Amino acid sequence: MNRSVVITGLGPLCSIADSADSFWDSLCAGSSSITPIETFDASGFSCPIAGQVTAKVRDWVPKSYRKATKVMARDTELAVIAAKIAADDAGLLTSGSDESDTGFKINPARTGCQIGAGLIAADTAEMSRAVVTATDDKGTFNTQSWGTEDSGSSGMNNLPPLWLLKYLPNMPACHVTIIHGLCGPSNTIMGAEAGALLSIIESTRVIQRDSADLCLTGGAESRLNPLGLLRWDYAGRLANLKDNPDIDPADILKPFDPDSIGSIMGEAGGMLVVEEESHANARNARPYARISGFGSTQSLNPVLPIFNEEPSTTDDALSRAVTIALSKANLNPEDIDAVLPLGIGHPSLDTREANALRSSLGSHAESVPLFILTNRLGNTLSAHAGMMTSAGALMLQKQMLPANAICLSNSQDYPKKTTTPLNHILICTSSLAGQCGALVLSKI
Amino acid sequence: MKATTKTAMTANKSQLPDLQRVVITGAGWVTPLGADLDTVWNRLIKGESAVAPITHFDASTFATNFAAEVKDFDLGDFFDDGGLHDTAGLSTRYALAACHNAFKQAGIDSNSTDPARIGVYLGAGEGVLDYEPYMAANVAAWDSDSRSFDPKTWAKVAYQGMTPAPELEQEPQLTALHLAKRFNAQGPNLNCMTACAASTQAIGEATELIRQGDADIMIAGGCHSMIHTLGITGFIRLTAMSTRRDDPATASRPFDVSRNGFVMGEGAGIVILESLASAKARGATILAEVAGFGSTADAYRITDIHPDGQGGAGAMQMALDQAGIDPEQLDDNGKPLIQWVNAHGTSTQENDKTESNAVRSVFKDNAMDVPFSSVKSMLGHLIQAAGAVELITCLKAIETGILPPTANLTEVDPNCGLDHIPGEARDCNPTGGVSATLSNSFGFGGQNDCICLQRYTG
Repeated sequence: MNRSVVITGLGPLCSIADSADSFWDSLCAGSSSITPIETFDASGFSCPIAGQVTAKVRDWVPKSYRKATKVMARDTELAVIAAKIAADDAGLLTSGSDESDTGFKINPARTGCQIGAGLIAADTAEMSRAVVTATDDKGTFNTQSWGTEDSGSSGMNNLPPLWLLKYLPNMPACHVTIIHGLCGPSNTIMGAEAGALLSIIESTRVIQRDSADLCLTGGAESRLNPLGLLRWDYAGRLANLKDNPDIDPADILKPFDPDSIGSIMGEAGGMLVVEEESHANARNARPYARISGFGSTQSLNPVLPIFNEEPSTTDDALSRAVTIALSKANLNPEDIDAVLPLGIGHPSLDTREANALRSSLGSHAESVPLFILTNRLGNTLSAHAGMMTSAGALMLQKQMLPANAICLSNSQDYPKKTTTPLNHILICTSSLAGQCGALVLSKI
Repeated sequence: MKATTKTAMTANKSQLPDLQRVVITGAGWVTPLGADLDTVWNRLIKGESAVAPITHFDASTFATNFAAEVKDFDLGDFFDDGGLHDTAGLSTRYALAACHNAFKQAGIDSNSTDPARIGVYLGAGEGVLDYEPYMAANVAAWDSDSRSFDPKTWAKVAYQGMTPAPELEQEPQLTALHLAKRFNAQGPNLNCMTACAASTQAIGEATELIRQGDADIMIAGGCHSMIHTLGITGFIRLTAMSTRRDDPATASRPFDVSRNGFVMGEGAGIVILESLASAKARGATILAEVAGFGSTADAYRITDIHPDGQGGAGAMQMALDQAGIDPEQLDDNGKPLIQWVNAHGTSTQENDKTESNAVRSVFKDNAMDVPFSSVKSMLGHLIQAAGAVELITCLKAIETGILPPTANLTEVDPNCGLDHIPGEARDCNPTGGVSATLSNSFGFGGQNDCICLQRYTG
């Protein structure tokens, strides 16, 4: 791979940040924001708290595009806002820029867009209001009444004409490409906690094979809706607050701690700009970090309550991904100065992840600082690896560990931000369905 | 504005190292016309339509009450799964069956192949909703007195009726997990959702992944079924589907002046992609070579394709550039170097017209001499699975030298007006057969993908 890829823009949008600067400040201050879900009454669900974003999409799109925000689902809004933050941070001038903006005018045909995304649940309230018009005598939904060949105002006509378009999973990428005028390769990759990482890897490949010079990449997702909360509860990952009504929110999610009672959801848009290095240099961009290695693998034994088999505490998929990434970066385990693992906060998943770090990094795994985001902004699913990559890029740029880094052996922790030489950072994650990914970022 | 790749033209593929050349060594599909490779192909050559009234659910009052459904499908007819896939959704089952046949054809022995070097890249669609309990929760949660939605009631009823396995199996990446488990594929595993372009994009990106050295073998393709209440509802509301209720079998009529929308299909298509080095080392039979892949975005509108079809043209041009094929050049028989463009050809007014414009802008003076037909006229539109199934028809065209027709095309729309192979298949063997094809797939929101397939000649 002789085309080197660097990170030149960050768009971390989550419960504790809406810019690279605010993200860094929050991480260094040790802030976290997990609050009761505000968009609907979630008290009927086992985990009604989450990391939530307050930004409004109308404030982040060109005036001419405001009308189109009506057909954006929450996931799309998060991607659109985060992509704008990332493009601005990278100093890009796109068709989504304001007239007064200055910057590097992108070449549309040479600019791609890869976004990790999840299934977007149809608005439950809208669906509920529509389906009650199509019930039989017993109050059961009936497809004959739903069909509108012979009826006018009832049934499916209660859904807006563009209903489907709002919920297609590729809509985050489509709106972002339209707003910014990106005509290069564009993809939407479904991979839950690994989605953004797989997207960043694909963007890197697209640039390496010379199909683009730069890409908007990362992920965005919000499952803070009834169906999303139900599904993730059924996945067996969420903390159950019904069994623990008096618990202090700070004690719920404790990554790599056997007393942790489970994960908490978050919503986020974790977008970045990745760029071919000489292209970045030619336009005097200021790269945060170089993508020096990546690897992705599949576990045959993910922790999922649908297969009749006992998930093991060890699984070689994540460690293989890390080993491949290190080997591509031409590094030894000891060269890694910090790791951003998922640390989902579910004891058996954390044990698997710790074991994967041990088997890929050897004894170095015990002492290398680990920096975890889930307890600050929730598990932001398809956006999460985008947030992790942004955090890693900032750490390399600032040469500093933000507050509350830990290590597996518990021999050392870092309650306050700590200045330390950082040359290479490992980011790794595994998804609900067992997709594993690892990324090595290196100091420029 | 044409999205051309800067990659140097590789006029002669055989100059590339075997590790950077990607070939297809197996293919399998589950389609509305059957699941056997040759049976389906023969039915396509005869112009048979699979479109009929919907039986999956009661659609009798729907403006579109017909589709191309997969019939008499049972995963147990393909292999004994030992209960491993008991919870798998319908489209995942289609993918498992298609992959089983593809694997068999490729002759991959899982004992002598490194599972870490086998990956999966699918454009699998979301699973079908678990309607009964889902709708029960939706109905219960509407308070008609206050005319408002009560999430607490929704949660209560949903927790009672909806169960973990059917809910989690709807997550689209679960299909790739089932395939990985079944076929011991422990390498890179991805699922993309770019609407109707998804499985073409999956196969294209999987090809690039092999070229870049990250796997030796990729299971690639897609699966989807949207023949269910809300799937059909969504497209009816968009007025994208044909409403030819009086004659469903002729409803899908790409390029015809009287076309009035697409017809929904369902199924799966899987190909086994492999580096030429790996295929040679195994002594595998090579079916064709993936010579080029192009992927672009329209960046135009959510609801419409760019009227010039520039995004689609860009994807075709990119695929041709990578294959080192000049669309304006002719071969020794005086034929263009591409002998078939497998159209996205959905049978919507907008797509067929703009796609024809795109083909015209790429092939210029040769455009009338490039056969350009749509098998969606017979299979319907398999949405995320369409690209993979249609790429397999390209494989068969190269293998047999025969091009499938556009069925139901009785009066060519002058706005399309190319060589759409109306009604009857064409035998190209008298003029040297079929050595190279393009397969187009364009998705909602302006996602365009194209794959150039070439006969493997060493």
